[in-house]
Amino acid sequence: MLLTLAAASLLRHRARTLLAILGVAVSAGMLLDMVMLSSGMRESFRSLLVSQGFQLRISPKGTLPFDTEATIRDGDSIVTLLRGMTDVMAVSPVLGGQLHIPVANGAVATSALGIIPSVEGDYELVGGRQLARANEMVANDALLRALGRAVGDTVHAGSGYDSQLRSLAGERVLHIVGRARFVYMASEQKGAAVPITTLRDMQGRGDDKPVSLMMVRLAPDQDVEAARARIERLFPRVTVISTAEALQQVDERLSYFRQLAVILGAVSLVVGFLLVTTLVTVSVNERIGEIAVMRAIGVHRWRVVAQIVTEAGAMMLAATPLGLALGLITARYLNSILARFPGVPERIDFFLFQPRSAWTALALLAVSGVLAAVYPSWRSASLPIATTLRQEAVG
Amino acid sequence: MSALVQVRELVREYPMGQERVAALRGVSFDVVAGDYAAIVGPSGCGKSTLLNLIGVIDRPTSGSVSIGGDRVDQLSDARATEFRLRRIGFVFQRFYLMQALTARENVELPLSEAGLKGAPRRERARALLEYVGLGAREKHRPSQLSGGEQQRVAIARALANAPRLLLADEPTGELDARTGEEMIALFERLNTDGTTILVVTHDEDLAGAARRVIHMRDGTIVGDERAR
Repeated sequence: MLLTLAAASLLRHRARTLLAILGVAVSAGMLLDMVMLSSGMRESFRSLLVSQGFQLRISPKGTLPFDTEATIRDGDSIVTLLRGMTDVMAVSPVLGGQLHIPVANGAVATSALGIIPSVEGDYELVGGRQLARANEMVANDALLRALGRAVGDTVHAGSGYDSQLRSLAGERVLHIVGRARFVYMASEQKGAAVPITTLRDMQGRGDDKPVSLMMVRLAPDQDVEAARARIERLFPRVTVISTAEALQQVDERLSYFRQLAVILGAVSLVVGFLLVTTLVTVSVNERIGEIAVMRAIGVHRWRVVAQIVTEAGAMMLAATPLGLALGLITARYLNSILARFPGVPERIDFFLFQPRSAWTALALLAVSGVLAAVYPSWRSASLPIATTLRQEAVG
Repeated sequence: MSALVQVRELVREYPMGQERVAALRGVSFDVVAGDYAAIVGPSGCGKSTLLNLIGVIDRPTSGSVSIGGDRVDQLSDARATEFRLRRIGFVFQRFYLMQALTARENVELPLSEAGLKGAPRRERARALLEYVGLGAREKHRPSQLSGGEQQRVAIARALANAPRLLLADEPTGELDARTGEEMIALFERLNTDGTTILVVTHDEDLAGAARRVIHMRDGTIVGDERAR
């Protein structure tokens, strides 16, 4: 009976109810986006950092985790010492740099990583094969497109390029053996990887054995913080950062994003709340006589409140799937725009959908829907019955 | 016979600006169980106010109302609601049926509120509609019924929880003469079947059908006569 009356009330003014549902859906969509934004980037970074299974990152003292200009001299000796530790499973040294590859109208410059193929954690192969020899290279699609080359082709590459003389420094002939997606590179950033020794030789730094970054994978159940502190003590020239610390730093840098998300989320929640309150108030005012009669014939006050709250809840419920779809579509679109931000890794999602986000948005909406309906319905259910009926009869 | 309704020194004042206007000025009377009384008088004399106070949808300024031996004038909202649900039937001039519900569902509303569920509730609603002569119209909505039919549904709804007292405020006020006569006959039948009826009316025919007529003027009872 309660549901019948609630449904009938909503269907009495179909167009109005539909418009209100659409309004709430827009607000729900935005709320979902903001909930996704508030936790999405952090979660996305976390998943990026843990995806390759390395818990520690070692960089030259005082630099950010990956700075191609700053390197650790004689990095190989540190790698060797680290590999000798019982709690270390793998060490992946990376040297950053640039490669220049001549094309018809000049040269294409690309970010380049020197890696050890057996332990690398910087890319995923999407075609071809892994590096096996010194004169091999894997490249991402952006680079292959810029070069007009494909897996199986050969290129001349150098670590420097003199545009006047059109000559390469540290020139090598490299065979493209694989297509790769680089985990930490930005969308549309051109990227290539070669064996670390090859890149060192091309840069003319074979004797220094430089390393830009070392990623360390610990044995299972090891105390990450203890290992971090120990390595930092052993090698004063380096900074060691754990995934947890990196996340903390990311958290700090993203705090304004979260504040923005919270404010915009609150605004959309208030908009939804006001929409439902307005509709419920209008609807209740139209039915004030009906409500007074219900009370007169013995319908309890709480039942009247429950009916009206049910109406508001039903609207919220109807708006939720629509809002969810709208929120996901908007998030996808916004992600595609934000992914073009320079320096942002391609795999970072600003709006990351997690079931928890949807549940949080749903719970917030449900609570605001109920609150929006409780006051007008309680007020109407508390109206003086006799006076209301008299006014209705006169009206 | 024992008094089903006891009204003593009932006063009801309403604030109007800085002043207070008295709608009832110390009304006292009894209605015995099984009686059929009509309250008549000019507009604004306090008839409906009196009915609202007896129907526990309003509170007096002073005085008391007892129904079946229970004081009802100071009940809490929850207890007053429960009292109205189980002990009083209300019929209004404008029927006030729920437009979204069918005739049967309208009758089921107070039954549902009283906790009756499923088939027994439907059966009771059907039986009441049969009683008021609308057995065949149970699935019709109010908009598909004539004024007389709507008032019959409203009466069936008022009788849903078998109240001993039926209160009616101008029940023929919105009906044509012929339908009004049908309603008068229905009230007589209800009274014959044991329902105590207190009706407020301007309709002389309806008042004439009552066993007792209470005349009011300016918030007081000015006459009380047995019609037959």
